[in-house]
Amino acid sequence: MALFQIAMSSSSARVRPGQIVAVALIAAFLVFFLLVPVATVIVTAFRDKATGAFTLVNFLDFARTDLFVRSFWNSVYVSSMSVVVASVFALPLAYYTTRFEFRGAAIVQTLGIIPLIMPPFAGAVAMQLLFGRNGSVNLLLDQYFGFKIPFMEGLNGVIFVQSIHYFPFILINLSAALRNIDRSMEESAQNLGSSGLRLFRRIVFPLAMPGYIAGASLVFIKVFDDLATPLLLNVNQMLAPQAYLRITSVGINDPMGYVISVVLIVASLAAMWLSVLAMRGKDYATTQRGGGGLAKREMRTGDAIPAYTMIAVILALVLAPHVGLFLMSVATIWSFSPLPDGFTLKHYATVIFDSGQYIWNTVLYASLAAGIDIVIGVAIAYLVLRTKVIGAKWLDYTAMAALAVPGVVLGIGFLRSYYGVILPGGQSLATYWVMIVIALAVRRLPYALRACMAALQQVSQSLEEAAENLGAGKRRTIQRVVVPLMTGGIVAGFVTSFATAAVELSATIMLVQSTADAPLAYGLYVYMQSPAGRGAGAALGMIAVLIVGICTYLSHHIAEKDRARKAGTA
Amino acid sequence: MNIQSTHQSPVLGAGSRAAGIRVENVNLSYGTTHVLKDVNLTIRPGEFFAFLGPSGCGKTTLLRLIAGFNVAQTGQVLIGDTDVSTLPPWKRDVGMVFQSYALWPHMSVRRNVAFGLEERKVPKAEIEARVDAALELVGLKHLADRKPSQLSGGQQQRVALARTVVIRPRVLLLDEPLSNLDAKLRVQMRRELLELQRELQLTTIFVTHDQEEANTICDRIAVMSDGVIQQVGAPMELYDRPANLFVANFLGTVNIVEGEVHGSGASRAFVIAGGGGTVPIPAGRDVPSGARLVFRPQNAVIAEPGSHAAPGRTRLDGRIVYREFLGGTIRYGVTLGTTEVTIDMAHQAGEPVLETGSAAAIDLSADKALYLAH
Repeated sequence: MALFQIAMSSSSARVRPGQIVAVALIAAFLVFFLLVPVATVIVTAFRDKATGAFTLVNFLDFARTDLFVRSFWNSVYVSSMSVVVASVFALPLAYYTTRFEFRGAAIVQTLGIIPLIMPPFAGAVAMQLLFGRNGSVNLLLDQYFGFKIPFMEGLNGVIFVQSIHYFPFILINLSAALRNIDRSMEESAQNLGSSGLRLFRRIVFPLAMPGYIAGASLVFIKVFDDLATPLLLNVNQMLAPQAYLRITSVGINDPMGYVISVVLIVASLAAMWLSVLAMRGKDYATTQRGGGGLAKREMRTGDAIPAYTMIAVILALVLAPHVGLFLMSVATIWSFSPLPDGFTLKHYATVIFDSGQYIWNTVLYASLAAGIDIVIGVAIAYLVLRTKVIGAKWLDYTAMAALAVPGVVLGIGFLRSYYGVILPGGQSLATYWVMIVIALAVRRLPYALRACMAALQQVSQSLEEAAENLGAGKRRTIQRVVVPLMTGGIVAGFVTSFATAAVELSATIMLVQSTADAPLAYGLYVYMQSPAGRGAGAALGMIAVLIVGICTYLSHHIAEKDRARKAGTA
Repeated sequence: MNIQSTHQSPVLGAGSRAAGIRVENVNLSYGTTHVLKDVNLTIRPGEFFAFLGPSGCGKTTLLRLIAGFNVAQTGQVLIGDTDVSTLPPWKRDVGMVFQSYALWPHMSVRRNVAFGLEERKVPKAEIEARVDAALELVGLKHLADRKPSQLSGGQQQRVALARTVVIRPRVLLLDEPLSNLDAKLRVQMRRELLELQRELQLTTIFVTHDQEEANTICDRIAVMSDGVIQQVGAPMELYDRPANLFVANFLGTVNIVEGEVHGSGASRAFVIAGGGGTVPIPAGRDVPSGARLVFRPQNAVIAEPGSHAAPGRTRLDGRIVYREFLGGTIRYGVTLGTTEVTIDMAHQAGEPVLETGSAAAIDLSADKALYLAH
C-alpha cells in the first residue's frame, strides 16, 4: 500500500505553473485578510501607545484593572457553565435517540439542531420576555406558586441563552460518536458477560468520549468568543463585549482592545489544545463495513414515560427562543403579561418596506462570501490532495487557523490594518462594504474548506487517472470529472457558509459604517436596542431564521441526494 | 510465534468444561426473509466444527443465534444439557471471536483480555495470572500494555482469541476469524487455531466461506445454503460423497452431466445427453429418477485414442476444446457430444501435452461416479 502511494505521488509530482499561481493568489488573500489583521492586533497589544516601543505594560494594565479581570473570569465562568448546561440538554437526547427504538427519534434529532438556525442574539430578547424577571414563565410561577426563578439575571441569562443555542454541537457530535460505535464492540462485551449500565460505563461511554469532548470544546470556544449575545442582554462585563466597547467608545488607538483580543485568541487556542490533548490517541473509528452502529433496543413502558417527559421539557426549552421571537414579531404590545396583548403583521411590513436593504445586503454579502469560500476551498483541497505544490499544506493550516480567531478580533484587526487606507472616493478601506464580505469569507473559510476536502476525498483518484488516460489534460479533468463529482459536497458547503454568514455579527459589527451597508444581523441588533423597535427586530429575526432554515434544509437535501447518487454508481 | 504449550495449564482450564451443542428445529426470519429453515444439528464435546457456505446462507446468523445475539421464532439451542434459548448473551458462557475482532480501542491489550474476568468478579490476583497465561498462550505477553491500534492484524486476532479463551468458555465461536488476514498469515493462523483448540479441548464452531479453511482444520463441517443445512460430515466424506448437487459443486470442481438412465438390472446404463456416450451403472447403485452423472475432474483420465480402456473404466470419445496449465495439474476441457466436461491430468516435466482440437479418449472410473437428482 505504501509503495503504491509513493508510485502514485511520483506520477503527479510535476508542478504546473497554474498551480503555483493558484497558491500565490490564495496565499495573498490569507496574508492580507487573515495574517496581517491578526498580527497587527497582536503587535499593537505589545506596543507602547505613545512611543510604539515593545512593552508588556498593556498586559500589566489589563491584569491590574478589576473590570478586565472580572470580565475574564466572567467569560470563563459563563463558557464553562454553558458547556455544563448544554450537556444536560444534549446527553439525554443523544442517548435516547441512538440507543433505543425511539418513536420520534428523527423529530428529536431535527428539532435538536433548530437552535443553530437562529442567530443566538435574536433569541436573547425573546428569552427575556419568556424567562426574564417579568417574563411569561416567572409571572405564571409567581401567580400560582409565589416565587420566581432568576433564569435571565445577569450572567445566568447569557449561560441560558448560549447553552440553548449551542447545545446542538454536543448533541450532533455525541450522537455521531454513539452511532459510529460498531455493534460488535458492545456484543463482544456482552459475550464476555457484561450488560446494562456496567456495559455502558465501561465500553459505550469511553468510546463516545471523543465526540463529546469535540462538541464541548466547540461550545466553550463559541461562547467565550461571542460578542452579540452578552451585548444584547446588556451584560458588558465579559471579554468580547469589553473589547468591542473599548474600540468603539475609547477609540481605535486604545491598547486595551488589542490586549483583550490577544487574551481571546490565547483562550481559544488553549481550549482547542486541551481538547486535542484529551483526544490524543483516541481516534476510535470502530465502525466496520456493514457494522451500522449500536444495536437499538425496545424501551419498556416504565422507562418510556420519564424519557419522553424529559425530552419534551428539553425540546420546549430549546424551541422557546423561536416561539418567543415569533410571538414578538406578531405582537402589538407584550410586557408584564404571559402572552402579548394583541397580534399584528405590521412589524413585517415595517421591515420589508422600510428596511429591505438589510435583507438585500445579507443575501448579497453572504452569497459573495460563500462563493469566495468555495473557490478557495476547492482550490486548496485540490492542491493539497492531488498535487505536490510546496506550501499547499500551509495554505490549509493557515485557512484552518481562522477557527482560532474570534470574530471580534478579526473585526478589530481589519479596522486597525486598513482604516488608514483611503479609497479613491475618500472612504476608508476598512469600512468599505466589500471588507464585510471578506471578513465573512475568512470567518467561514475553515468550514467550507473541510466540506471541499471531504468532497474531494470521496472522488477516487482512479476516476481522474481514467480521464487522463483517455486524453483529458489536468484542467479538462478537473472541469469534467473532479468538479462534477464534488458538486454535491461543494453546494452543501456553499449553503452552509451562506447560512452561517447570513447571521454573523461579531466581525461585521466592527466594520459596518452606515445602515445602508449593514446586513440583517446588524439591523436586528440596531432594532433590538430600543423597546419600540423590538417588534420589527423580531420580524427581521424571523426572516433570518427562515433564510437560514431553508438553507439548512437545502444543504441537507443536496448532501443526501448526492450521497444517494454516488451510492448508486459505486 | 506459535501457540505456546501450556501443558494443560490449570490457569486456563481444560476440556472438562467442553460441552456439546444441540440445535433443534430452529426457524428464524427477519420480516419476510426466512433466514434459517428448520435447522437441526448436534455438535459433540471437544469437536472442531465448521459452518461452511456462501455469503447469505445463514451461517453467521446461526452462530449468532448460539451466542444469543439472534432470537429464533421456533426451536431451541442446548449447550451441554442446558436450554440456553432464553438466556441473554452475557449469561451463556459462550466465547465468541468476532470477524472484526472487536477489540476495544480505549483499553490496552491487558485490559481487553481482563475484561471478561472482571465482569465475572474473579479475584484480582487470579485475573492477573490468567491474563498472563492467556497472553503467553498466544505469544503476546510482551505487548500487553499496547493499545489494539498499535498491533498488526495477526496480533489483534491473537488478542481477540486470548480475550475469549481466558474466560474458559464452554464453547468457542469463531466468525470468519481469518478473513481479515493476508493469505500467508491465514495459513499460519489456522494451524495455530487448531493447536489452540486441541490444547484447550474446546468445542469450537468456525464460520467460513472458504472450503480449504474448513477442510484443513475441522473435524466435521455443516454445509449450508439458503438457510438450510445441506449436509453434515467429515471433510473428505463431503467431498467424496456429497449428498446433493449443491454440496458437490460447492466443494471443489465437479462435472455435472445431463442424461437418462436406460435399461435395467445388470445392463443399466446412463446415456449422456447429446450423444456423449454411455456409462454403465454398477449393480446395486441407487439412482434416483432425474439423476445427473456427477464426477470429479480427477475421476477420469485421457488415454491414447485407439487404445483399450483400462480395466474398470468406461471409454468415452471426445475432443479437446481448451487446456489450462494449473501447475501440478493440467486441466482439459473436453466435449462429449454436446456436453463439455473438465478432466485434470497430473503434470510431470517433459511429458507430452494434448493440443486443443485433437481427439481425446476419456476413461471414466464408473464406480467413482455419482448419481444425484438435485
